[in-house]
Amino acid sequence: MIWLLPLAIIIPLAGTGFTLVASRRPRIQRVISIGTLSIQLVIEMVLLLRVTADGPMVMHVGGWTAPFGITLVADPLAAFMLVVSTTVSLAVLVYAISQGMADGSETPETPVSIFHPTFLILVTGVSNAFVAGDLFNLFVSFEILLTASYVLLTIGGTKERLRAGAPYIVVSLLSSLIFLAAIAMIYAATGTVNLADLSVKLGELPTGIVAALQALLLVAFGVKAAVFPMSAWLPDSYPSAPAPVTAVFAGLLTKVGIYAIIRVQTLLFPPGSYGTLLMIAALLTMIVGILGAVSSSGIKRLLSFTLVSHIGYMLFGIALASQAGMAAAIFYVAHHILVQTALFLGVGLIERVAGTTVLARLGGLAAAAPVLAILFFIPAMNLAGVPPLSGFLGKVGLFEAGIADGRVLALILVIGGTLTSLLTLYAMIRVWGRAFWRPVPEVRALDGDAGALETESGRSLPARREAQRQVQRELSRREAGEKAARLPIGMVGATTAIVAVGLLLTVAAGPIYQLADTAAASILDRSIYVDAVLGSGVPPPPGSDAAGPAAEQGGP
Amino acid sequence: MTTNLILALTIGGLFAAGVYLMLSRNLIRVLLGFLLAGHGINLLLLSTSRDGVPPIVGEPTNGEPVADPIPQALILTSIVISLAVSTFLLAMAYRNYKVTAQPELADDDETTELAESDLGGGDE
Repeated sequence: MIWLLPLAIIIPLAGTGFTLVASRRPRIQRVISIGTLSIQLVIEMVLLLRVTADGPMVMHVGGWTAPFGITLVADPLAAFMLVVSTTVSLAVLVYAISQGMADGSETPETPVSIFHPTFLILVTGVSNAFVAGDLFNLFVSFEILLTASYVLLTIGGTKERLRAGAPYIVVSLLSSLIFLAAIAMIYAATGTVNLADLSVKLGELPTGIVAALQALLLVAFGVKAAVFPMSAWLPDSYPSAPAPVTAVFAGLLTKVGIYAIIRVQTLLFPPGSYGTLLMIAALLTMIVGILGAVSSSGIKRLLSFTLVSHIGYMLFGIALASQAGMAAAIFYVAHHILVQTALFLGVGLIERVAGTTVLARLGGLAAAAPVLAILFFIPAMNLAGVPPLSGFLGKVGLFEAGIADGRVLALILVIGGTLTSLLTLYAMIRVWGRAFWRPVPEVRALDGDAGALETESGRSLPARREAQRQVQRELSRREAGEKAARLPIGMVGATTAIVAVGLLLTVAAGPIYQLADTAAASILDRSIYVDAVLGSGVPPPPGSDAAGPAAEQGGP
Repeated sequence: MTTNLILALTIGGLFAAGVYLMLSRNLIRVLLGFLLAGHGINLLLLSTSRDGVPPIVGEPTNGEPVADPIPQALILTSIVISLAVSTFLLAMAYRNYKVTAQPELADDDETTELAESDLGGGDE
């Protein structure tokens, strides 16, 4: 069954090639990309079942054994992340295709010839990041997914998208350079980039050097995960992209950063190191992020801020470094991927029905589009953590782990997390109350400064004013529900599917939380990973017990 | 491996100049900055390897040390990635010049609006 492991990467990569060949045949392209992701999803589900039953699966690419060759490793955490990420990608792809077909032509929202290959490259990069067994392969997968994301974010090449994409691109480039510098220094210090090998060798270094290397890696991954001091790029760049692109970015890209932080914190560095710093960063990420959401006037920007804010919860679980904290963080990652994607897809539907995502212009959608109202309401409440939904379960898990930890800072974080949860509820109720529940707002004078604050980036000022006027005319001319009835079935279907999978996380919370717990247990016991990669006969990694850096020498 | 002061200063200088250029709004400067900083990192990777005879095939006859090939492989990969990113940045700079007729990026409408409007006017 070992051949399943590389297939999770090869299949989307091959799909990329086929969609490029078929770039003049949109219909064939659609079939290929949906087929590719479906096959990949099935393979990853089999992989998850095998890995949870038999332990980590390791592949030495090209037969070069562990410390020298490229290693692919699927442990329960990696396999779980693969399944969740591909589920989301597939739903977003169906949504994007349906949107493109409904618009008659696939330009300029999704130019026909490059959207599918780029999307599949993105999926390849994300999948490769989850199974990468060495730091440099992780770097390469980051570059694969980032380069694809640059193209997707600036797709169509309008002035506004270039403007919004530029900060994202420059920040990502810089974080990649920091990551590469970290790899160079780690190689200089240890002579290896293999994660399992590093796990053994880093423990033999002086603690000061290890701390410096860890700080470099945490900064590089922190930028990608949008952790507080490095998170300002996210709400600036995400809102202007097309709805499906924003949805897949929000679901996956920051979570790859979180995954990388989980991996290096548990596998490479002493348990609980930088715990205090990570907790403070988590607290600030939560609070600053949610205050941004509360003060936003457009739904897309608001959701981008909630995305940043809830990264703090996952970081909290990681900082605790206990099995309960790690399990809750993993469960929360899965929950957040599904919910945040569902919300952004829902916003795409709102934009189609109402023509805008600016809160001040929205209203009366509950009557006009009842299905959409439900589709938005469920993930919105889930994000806020209303019982009994999965957001509530994840937060309870985190808070229990925080209280069990007992440090004062952990208790402060529990309070901060509760506050953030309440503020999220406030922000979500504000969106739902404005967009769905209240009556349609009256047409107001749009000239002058009246509409100044009520805009969201995406179109230039005159074009936007013109568009708003047009929207107002349209709204006054016809029934609001008319557009809702003509929503493409694929878009509604894909959103429903993601909402349903999100609910599945609530209904089947027992087994899935159990899975997260298994994954947490397997990453916290480093010897499982190290033995699987290097083979048995390697001395146990120092640091995981009370062994300290003076552990016995003598590698493979 | 001994620390080479000139190499270290060169790496630091390249990285500093690169980051400075990347802070610009002009996309060509960003590209140049990325290339400079990227070269700095490549030198850093190179400095991690020990020098010696090329590691081609077989053992050196006179017992000389063999150069470490892994940093070179990493540098090669990193150069290829820089090439792809440079291509994208060039295309982006050209596209930006086409739509805005200037080398700098356009202003952010929303920031301009926020700066010009008086505070306190929410969306109530």
